[in-house]
Amino acid sequence: MAAGVAAWLPFARAAAIGWMPVANCPMPLAPADKNKRQDELIILNVSGRRFQTWRTTLERYPDTLLGSTEKEFFFNEETKEYFFDRDPEVFRCVLNFYRTGKLHYPRYECISAYDDELAFYGILPEIIGDCCYEEYKDRKRENAERLMDDNDSENNQESMPSLSFRQTMWRAFENPHTSTLALVFYYVTGFFIAVSVITNVVETVPCGTVPGSKELPCGERYSVAFFCLDTACVMIFTVEYLLRLFAAPSRYRFIRSVMSIIDVVAIMPYYIGLVMTNNEDVSGAFVTLRVFRVFRIFKFSRHSQGLRILGYTLKSCASELGFLLFSLTMAIIIFATVMFYAEKGSSASKFTSIPASFWYTIVTMTTLGYGDMVPKTIAGKIFGSICSLSGVLVIALPVPVIVSNFSRIYHQNQRADKRRAQKKARLARIRVAKTGSSNAYLHSKRNGLLNEALELMGTPEEEHMGKTTSLIESQHHHLLHCLEKTTGLSYLVDDPLLSVRTSTIKNHEFIDEQMFEQNCMESMQNYPSTRSPSLSSHPGLTTTCCSRRSKKTTHLPNSNLPATRLRSMQELSTIHIQGSEQPSLTTSRSSLNLKADDGLRPNCKMSQITTAIISIPTPPALTPEGESRPPPASPGPNTNIPSVASNVVKVSAL
Amino acid sequence: MTMVCHRPEGLEQLEAQTNFTKRELQVLYRGFKNECPSGVVNEETFKQIYAQFFPHGDASTYAHYLFNAFDTTQTGSVKFEDFVTALSILLRGTVHEKLRWTFNLYDINKDGYINKEEMMDIVKAIYDMMGKYTYPVLKEDTPRQHVDVFFQKMDKNKDGIVTLDEFLESCQEDDNIMRSLQLFQNVM
Repeated sequence: MAAGVAAWLPFARAAAIGWMPVANCPMPLAPADKNKRQDELIILNVSGRRFQTWRTTLERYPDTLLGSTEKEFFFNEETKEYFFDRDPEVFRCVLNFYRTGKLHYPRYECISAYDDELAFYGILPEIIGDCCYEEYKDRKRENAERLMDDNDSENNQESMPSLSFRQTMWRAFENPHTSTLALVFYYVTGFFIAVSVITNVVETVPCGTVPGSKELPCGERYSVAFFCLDTACVMIFTVEYLLRLFAAPSRYRFIRSVMSIIDVVAIMPYYIGLVMTNNEDVSGAFVTLRVFRVFRIFKFSRHSQGLRILGYTLKSCASELGFLLFSLTMAIIIFATVMFYAEKGSSASKFTSIPASFWYTIVTMTTLGYGDMVPKTIAGKIFGSICSLSGVLVIALPVPVIVSNFSRIYHQNQRADKRRAQKKARLARIRVAKTGSSNAYLHSKRNGLLNEALELMGTPEEEHMGKTTSLIESQHHHLLHCLEKTTGLSYLVDDPLLSVRTSTIKNHEFIDEQMFEQNCMESMQNYPSTRSPSLSSHPGLTTTCCSRRSKKTTHLPNSNLPATRLRSMQELSTIHIQGSEQPSLTTSRSSLNLKADDGLRPNCKMSQITTAIISIPTPPALTPEGESRPPPASPGPNTNIPSVASNVVKVSAL
Repeated sequence: MTMVCHRPEGLEQLEAQTNFTKRELQVLYRGFKNECPSGVVNEETFKQIYAQFFPHGDASTYAHYLFNAFDTTQTGSVKFEDFVTALSILLRGTVHEKLRWTFNLYDINKDGYINKEEMMDIVKAIYDMMGKYTYPVLKEDTPRQHVDVFFQKMDKNKDGIVTLDEFLESCQEDDNIMRSLQLFQNVM
């Protein structure tokens, strides 16, 4: 219902009293207005900007958010206003819709933002007023094209390993940039098209005289060479055509497409020539067929986008071109007739018939003016000048339409290309930002570890090392941590604090297996098997999860070790670099157990740091406990390597 | 084309003349001004507005009669004062006033009498508002029968015309009519 109707309803109902005396039956009861409120002002606070309107204004459209009880969800009790955390600019248009009944689309607004807002407020975009509807629809169409474009290019770039051979081939044909082989194929075919066209042209050039006969064109002089070249080109084209035919997803559609017809027309003359050799009757026709070889030049349109755009433009301007042709034909006939009759009287006139005058008219109207036919009588000259003047006009009229069409399509394509090029860079930057956030998680883990360790050791310095993370960040990290715990895996991302060995690993999602093994092996010397993985990975935040339980379990199957290993190695090496001066930290809890070496005792402090880091939850208690425990029945370091290698766990970062 | 802009008399005056409170007048005026920024309603607009309530049928004839009933001064345009006066009678007036207003509506040529042709026109206009798709289908002579029934009831002295007194008397005798007049009490 329009705004007008709602406002005038009381009047219409009152006027119904006029029917009462005429009515034969009793009237139904009127609906009771239970909520008989006085009309009140309500305040709508949209991102700080306050709009005020009557309640009845909003209730004009009860099936929208503002007109229904849905807005009660946004009611703020303290300030007694409705608060919406949305764009106030678009809200202006929305509110005006309630007030005037007309929804306008502001031109400066982005179409998708506007659509989102309309969807939020429950308003159908279809009721946009006529004044703005066309603009809205145009922008919407452009946006849809852009989305389709993006989707297409996305689909092209996705590596779909499950493509069949046929599909990969087709993709390679359609988009030469997908693989090197496709690119090679693209350039080779392009080269051969060029060669073929050039041979066709050079064939006819007079090539110098053979003694004893007149000047021959090159084609006849070196006929064997040219024939070989031609054969080679046709071979390539045939192979290409057959491959495309094989790879096409819909062969019927492919055969009907323009490009395939051009391909066929380009190679047909050769085969026909092979078939009918030296047959006198049809050799004339055969010569004509050779003309079709020039169509090979159209094969270039696969290689040139500009050509394709031109073709598309001509197709889309078909009506304008048709009109041009029609009007030209009309004018030609008219003027040819007039000129014929005007020149009829003059003797030795070239204007022998009306069709013969066509030539004069065309040459004059297109302002060519060869001069092989000129009018001699005065009347003829007068009409001839009128003809040339009107020719300019008739041709100049439809041309701008075609030009503007071409320009629009060309710019559209350019924009699409620009978008595609920018998209790569954009996505790369987004990826960097994403890995940055996952890095932040691991950094916070390590910082959390450091904090705990340093607190325990009571060293006041470097307490500020741990960054204070916001609540959301810490909650996010907790979530990631829980996931790690659930799956028993952990995130691996390049850590700039790691030693040089691992610094060559870039922001990969997966660590190269070889590097991983290398790391394992190199670090194995220094850090033999450690205790439970869960203990070693705790940042200060999540001490409750599994720590207490696994405090007891020191014997763990080897399978869990590798994942831990790298983590613990990371952590240990971190501490190694930051905390200690000693280059070789050969101690660990188990090494303490394995080698009850007195020489290691003085390193207790260092090892305490190490072990404390590993076993965050109850650091002091664990160390002596660990010492008193019998060494885990683990083989020596060297024998662990194979098992480590085989149990490599690769986890992808976010 | 000059913008005809009419401003109503003061709020107090209108409040005195009609049975509406100030607030009600404010609400009415806001709605009125929204639809007709120039301050007057002409017949075309009137017909358009009324037609929106009866999308299935043709409300133009009845709207024409209504417009004439509102336009007491026969100027061709309804000002806010006329609008409010009529509404005041219809919604807050006495039974007598309402019936008199209705009589005025039926009396198309404003000669003080309702004859059968006028009644036929009115009834036909009302049936037009229903549209073509009704159940049961509207028969040719249904309006005529309706008018006959009406005249039988109203025309006391059977002289073919209904005067104001006859009308008032007959309506007050009919309980249905009396009840239905109170139907739209709380429209505002």
